[in-house]
Amino acid sequence: MKRVPLQVCCCLFFLLLNYPLASLFNKPVLVAGIPLMYAYLFGIWLLFIVVLFVVMERSSKNEAEPYE
Amino acid sequence: MNKWWVFLISAAYLLLLFGVAWFAEKRAAKKRSVINSPYVYALSLAVYCTAWTYYGSVGRATAKGLEYLAIYLGPTLVAPLFFTLLRRIIRIARSQRITSIADFVSARYGHNVSLGALVALLSVVGVVPYISLQLKAITTSIEIITRQPSSMGHFNLFQDTAFYLALALTAFIVLFGARSVDASERHEGMVFAVATESVVKLVALSVAGLFIVYGLHDGFSDIFSRAASFEHLRSQLGISQVSWMEWMLTILLSMCAILLLPRQFQVQVVENVRERNLQRAAWLFPLYLLAITIFVLPISIAGQLAFGSSANADTYVLTLPMHLGNNLLAALVYIGGFSAASSMVIVETIALSTMISNNLVLPLFLQSASINRDENYTRLILRIRRWSMVVLMALAYGYEKLVGDHMPLVSIGLVSFTAVAQFAPAVLIGMYWKGASRKGALAGIIVGFAIWFYTLILPSLAEVGLLPNTLVQEGPWHLALLKPYHLFGMEGFDPVVHAFFWSLFFNLLLFVLVSLGSRRSAQELYQAELFAHAARSNTQAQRPVYWKGSVTVGDLEGLLANFLGTQKAHNIFAHFARQHQLRLEPAQQAPESLVPLTERVLTGVVGAAGARFMMKSVVAMEEVGMNEMLNMLRESQQLVVLNKELRKKSAELEKATRQLQQVNERLRSTDQLKDEFLYTVTHELRTPITSIRAMAEIVHDYDDLAPAEKQQYLSVIIRESERLSHLITQVLRLERFESGRYKLNLSPVHINEVVREAAGFYQLVAKEQGVSLNIDLTDTDFMTQGDRDLLRQVVDNLVSNALKFTPAGGSVRISVRNDLDDITIRVQDTGKGIAPGLHQLIFDKFFQARNQTLNKPEGSGLGLAISKKIVELHGGRLWVESAEGQGATFVFTLPG
Repeated sequence: MKRVPLQVCCCLFFLLLNYPLASLFNKPVLVAGIPLMYAYLFGIWLLFIVVLFVVMERSSKNEAEPYE
Repeated sequence: MNKWWVFLISAAYLLLLFGVAWFAEKRAAKKRSVINSPYVYALSLAVYCTAWTYYGSVGRATAKGLEYLAIYLGPTLVAPLFFTLLRRIIRIARSQRITSIADFVSARYGHNVSLGALVALLSVVGVVPYISLQLKAITTSIEIITRQPSSMGHFNLFQDTAFYLALALTAFIVLFGARSVDASERHEGMVFAVATESVVKLVALSVAGLFIVYGLHDGFSDIFSRAASFEHLRSQLGISQVSWMEWMLTILLSMCAILLLPRQFQVQVVENVRERNLQRAAWLFPLYLLAITIFVLPISIAGQLAFGSSANADTYVLTLPMHLGNNLLAALVYIGGFSAASSMVIVETIALSTMISNNLVLPLFLQSASINRDENYTRLILRIRRWSMVVLMALAYGYEKLVGDHMPLVSIGLVSFTAVAQFAPAVLIGMYWKGASRKGALAGIIVGFAIWFYTLILPSLAEVGLLPNTLVQEGPWHLALLKPYHLFGMEGFDPVVHAFFWSLFFNLLLFVLVSLGSRRSAQELYQAELFAHAARSNTQAQRPVYWKGSVTVGDLEGLLANFLGTQKAHNIFAHFARQHQLRLEPAQQAPESLVPLTERVLTGVVGAAGARFMMKSVVAMEEVGMNEMLNMLRESQQLVVLNKELRKKSAELEKATRQLQQVNERLRSTDQLKDEFLYTVTHELRTPITSIRAMAEIVHDYDDLAPAEKQQYLSVIIRESERLSHLITQVLRLERFESGRYKLNLSPVHINEVVREAAGFYQLVAKEQGVSLNIDLTDTDFMTQGDRDLLRQVVDNLVSNALKFTPAGGSVRISVRNDLDDITIRVQDTGKGIAPGLHQLIFDKFFQARNQTLNKPEGSGLGLAISKKIVELHGGRLWVESAEGQGATFVFTLPG
């Protein structure tokens, strides 16, 4: 289990979800009928989940018990 | 909807819960656990979403738009750390049989009772209102769905829905939460029931959401575009009314909460079956959170569109279906809300009851009463646990009745979050930083809680009129800087965020400062080590190094039997015996690892501090005090240090040996020199003495010598005596120069004068030898500070040498010049020259003596050595420039 990607993930998404990056999307406009910020937040969130899924499932392929 | 229908549905649902839990327990008894699955684990984590999520988020969204997401993004961001941070916590908890946050803190800081009690107490204070909130949510939802507002008249307990609700939940909790005295055992029924409820609430909310979005409206875009067309709704499409600092701090707050809330600790850590479940949970849980929050905003907008104002926005989830006359959906929503609320109440109460019993009640009990060895305390402990649960529910019920309508649905949750966040430094930092001390944790938590209370609880008391309002408006004693909502002048922040910031700021500050400044006990040090390293591998903790003494197997088993029952105790010991292939006899001295094993098992029952206490009573031993512990550590440390010292010393020894050898060499050569010196000197001395003796004897014996002959002999005597005297003087002088005892007789010296004198003196000798002696002076009168006689001696010595080695027909020239700041005197001859290899050697004391190829010269062989010494004493240098067959130039400098 790569410990570093996990913590990098965490930091990266923390940044993506905060000022100033997130504030760029905080405008009351609609994109295909969906509010921009709504789409951005849930989109990033979903992306994050997918990344976690990939990382976790990939390492579960390795039989060795992951180190701390 | 009819009141009785509601009761029926509720009762049916509760029965379902009981059934599900019972089913899980039965399966567990057959060793076919249902909670082994990672999906069940992930779903159980969703107990994080309470009635607050279910109802309150919608209310929050009407005020601040998408800001409600912050509370769910925090746990999402923590999810990747499940496999690092959380796993570490789980390992530590497993290896030390820790069953609650209070125990965790207590164990980390040396099995400290008071710290554990403090954490337990504060958890209760911070969380009970949150439990009340859930009860209120359910009763409110009942009121709404039956369209019967609660009677505002006199209060009748038996007509109070909340009362029956509390009763029903207490029954469930007691039945499934206190089945075993060992709190570290899994609560299979509870976990499975909670997981089921997570499914129910998600399904209910999603169905409601879908219905509202696609049934009531024409899809997401319809709702959103409608919202966009309204001024006051447009801002809700993003994050509004909130600063980004608040957004970030709320995320941080929820990150603390997901790790430190008692219910989360219970399901995440205590109830964790396999570490591998963390892997799935890491992405499943965020996915759940996403799914349960995605409809919140659409529902909020739909509600505002339907009902106009945003009053009671919390209840939109329920009122919208009712508004449309869809009773089935309303019932489903109601059940979903019921699930959300009840799962929280169940888990939280169980978690808190463990803390109360293990960290508050039992320590008091164990320390006050004398423990009767033969009595079985299993039932007592279970009773304490169960009564804690009852008391907790009673408190929650009482609080709800007392505060009732003054409770805003939303902020109580965050107030609880902020309360448990006070444990963050002690727990999270304490896990990694070995320097964290008990006093630091204590200081931090106390200060944090004080500020929490001051900035959040106190003002609400003022709001209900228990305290004067001026406290909030103007600050205590009119000190504006201490206004509870605007501490130190921090304006423009939501009260919770404001409280979170200040409380954690001072908490952390004191935690670090006091830890740095305080000394830790032996226990603390040991525990800090264990916590930092227990996480490395999945093995049990090592034997505590500071037990000494002995105990019999029978005593240990008896102790365990007191708390677990004879059968269980026996099973545990039998298992141990099998594992280690031992035979355990009651009278036998307990093997090493049995003691910590017993303590661990006890910890699961009575908590860390209680277990330690019990162990001390049975194992007639003392904990090694600080001194002894330090001694032991020092010994092992000393070995390391000694080793280093040893290596360093041997390196030094080598160096010293080498130096010694060198000195030895030098000494030997010096010795040799000394010998030579003595030899030469005695030889030199003897020669003239011999001559003198011989001459004197002749003159003495033969008194008919011719007067001329007599004169000749006598003059030889005189000459040799002089020579002798001269030699002795030289030797003495040199010795004085060498030892530095010679004091220069300083006065201004005119170099030219000295040179002229010397030249004049040797003119005769030069003429006799047929060598021309010239001087080469400039008009400048070179002056130096020095000893005239000695300097004269140097010139004499050089000139006489030059004359000695210059054959007839040659010349000797003395010149005086200045080079830069020095006066340079050159004595040049046209003699046979000196080979370059000898340029240094000729200044050695006994060079001439060694090199007997030269004719036996006059003088002592010390002349050049003495000259060099004199020149050096004056701060100058003396050297020779020469090549074989090309004469020699002796040069010396003097400072001008």
